[in-house]
Amino acid sequence: MSDLTIKNLHVNVEGKEILKGVDLVLTQGEVHALMGPNGTGKSTLAYALMGHPNYEVTEGEAWFKGQNILELEPDERSRLGIFLAFQYPVAIPGVSVANFLRSAINARRKAENPDDKGIPIPEFRKMLRERMDLLRMDHSFAGRYLNEGFSGGEKKRAEILQMAALRPEIAILDETDSGLDIDALRIVSEGVNALRGPDLGVLVITHYQRILNYIKPDVVHIMLGGRIVETGGADLALHLEEHGYDWLREKHETVSA
Amino acid sequence: MATRKIITRTSRAAEAAREFTFSRELIPGLSEDGRAPEFLRAYRQRAWEAYQALPMPTTSDEAWRRTDIRGLRLGEFRLPQPDAYLELPGAPASLLHPVADEEQAGQIVLLPGGKTEAWLDAELARRGVVFSDLATAERQHPEVVERILGQIVRPEEGKFAAMAAAFASYGAVVYVPRGVQVEKPLQSILWAPGASLAYFSHLLIWLEEGASLTFAHESASPTEPGEQTLHAGIVEIHVGAGANLRFVELQSWGEHVWNFTHERARVERDGTLDWIFGALGTHLTKNFSDLDLTGQGASGRMSGFYFTAGDQHLDLDTQQNHLAPHTTSDLLYKGALRDSSRSVWQGMIYVAPGAQKTDGYQANRNLTLSNKARADSIPGLEILADDVRCTHGATVGKIDPELVFYLLSRGIPRDAAERLVVEGFFDPIMQRIPFEGVRTRFQDAIQKKMG
Repeated sequence: MSDLTIKNLHVNVEGKEILKGVDLVLTQGEVHALMGPNGTGKSTLAYALMGHPNYEVTEGEAWFKGQNILELEPDERSRLGIFLAFQYPVAIPGVSVANFLRSAINARRKAENPDDKGIPIPEFRKMLRERMDLLRMDHSFAGRYLNEGFSGGEKKRAEILQMAALRPEIAILDETDSGLDIDALRIVSEGVNALRGPDLGVLVITHYQRILNYIKPDVVHIMLGGRIVETGGADLALHLEEHGYDWLREKHETVSA
Repeated sequence: MATRKIITRTSRAAEAAREFTFSRELIPGLSEDGRAPEFLRAYRQRAWEAYQALPMPTTSDEAWRRTDIRGLRLGEFRLPQPDAYLELPGAPASLLHPVADEEQAGQIVLLPGGKTEAWLDAELARRGVVFSDLATAERQHPEVVERILGQIVRPEEGKFAAMAAAFASYGAVVYVPRGVQVEKPLQSILWAPGASLAYFSHLLIWLEEGASLTFAHESASPTEPGEQTLHAGIVEIHVGAGANLRFVELQSWGEHVWNFTHERARVERDGTLDWIFGALGTHLTKNFSDLDLTGQGASGRMSGFYFTAGDQHLDLDTQQNHLAPHTTSDLLYKGALRDSSRSVWQGMIYVAPGAQKTDGYQANRNLTLSNKARADSIPGLEILADDVRCTHGATVGKIDPELVFYLLSRGIPRDAAERLVVEGFFDPIMQRIPFEGVRTRFQDAIQKKMG
């Protein structure tokens, strides 16, 4: 059992402090939702955990499998089992979905065993077809250049496809619901649900309650002004849906003021 | 076409005073025995005179502005001795392996000192296909050589063209008679190892009306650090009416080689040329590749890739000349550059008066992998007809760090991530190369160059 334990995380972006001491425990086997208004630091947390160079950690720790992942390179974090589904995944010109995924899988295998010759092609194809079926993706998808000319829904599905193929233990979904119509949202959510299990912890970052109708969270955290200000059950999200964030702002901004 | 010339007398005079030490006696078949046919002796005499008359190019010459060859140690080059191949490193098996992955119909291997290994499918020979090294073709098919030699590239086009025309003893002749379809690819290889040597090559590729051929030519040598070797070459291509040529040209010269080539393809009415050009080696290259679309409905596609590292310098000059109506050209050159290497691509689409309904396209894309690498990309249009479509594009960019981060976030280590981005960058060119063998050769080179 490996949890992700974030302690007092402070992160600067372009010299400005965005995260001001985040404490959060993401338990493996559970789905946590991270909610909050725009500009409150949710995506900053995601990028900082993945190790984006523009996100400067000034204080704090993030422990996973006995290591402070903040000290690791992004590729090492990934191979340790952390996954980030990007809100705006970039296009990789000239690299097909299949080629990309095979490279990612082979990088894992090679890290474990330097003599590894890579995943056998038939095994890879079979796995990829299964995962694409899970996400109701046409098999021709595998041959397309990753994210190039993809619609919003295709990009998000491609992110979840990668998650399904790489089998992380901690998955952070950064606004995966944004820009999705209801059908695409359902498909993506079903994909995530199919991957749920005792070996996977999921952090669903969103500012709408909508996706949580499909991916039922075990725990809901609310972020405001760079800190987690509330943690509760699924009902907390419903409460937010009904009352908005103002009551929280009043409560916490009064406190900090 | 008018070329602008800026003449600076002092530097030009100093450079012009520098000369190679090759003498007339080295011209094959000219002096020693008089066995060469008259037309050949006349051609080489003419080339020799042009070679003597033409000054060394300098950066004052418009076409050479970005390529400085003052570092070329003119006095140190000599021709390989007869049978030099016995003393020099042999060609690796991977080089001799067909790059066009199907079974081949013939192969020529040109080795230092005049040794040649060649074979051609007997049925093709019976049907009149000529495929042999230049010296053999001169002896066995003088009427063919007479007909096609010097028709496309003139020795007077430049110092190095004249040198190659006069001294070439490494050459291949590919002649396909009217209507003959050569189904399997032909391949020639110039293996040119060694230091302080001069190799002069001449390729003649001639397809008569309605013929078709796939032909691959590769020049290669191992690097001799700190040394210099010279190569000057001519490639002459004729694609007759309705003929179809696919030509793959790869240079994997050692990184001590100074390489100068003049290449031109002439495509006649409704002929098609698919020209694939890969450049990986040399210390310095100055290459002229011209496509002359001389007949209505002629079309040509030029696909180039290059990858430079260290202090390599690659200067590629391309011309797409639309000389008749309804002609189509499509050029895509892509290059990646590491370390302090440099590339120059200077491309021109020319549309002659009256060459209406032409469609010309050129694009050059560069990826610089270090801050010290530099790519100059200079497209040009000169259009003297009014009903044409011509477009071009040129870009120089760096690896996007967001791409690398994305790949890292999937567990791909940085070096592999950058390699993947570079491979992806070249993929549109790879898609244009129908040969697994060529793609593999280039992908291996990417791996090697990416360290």
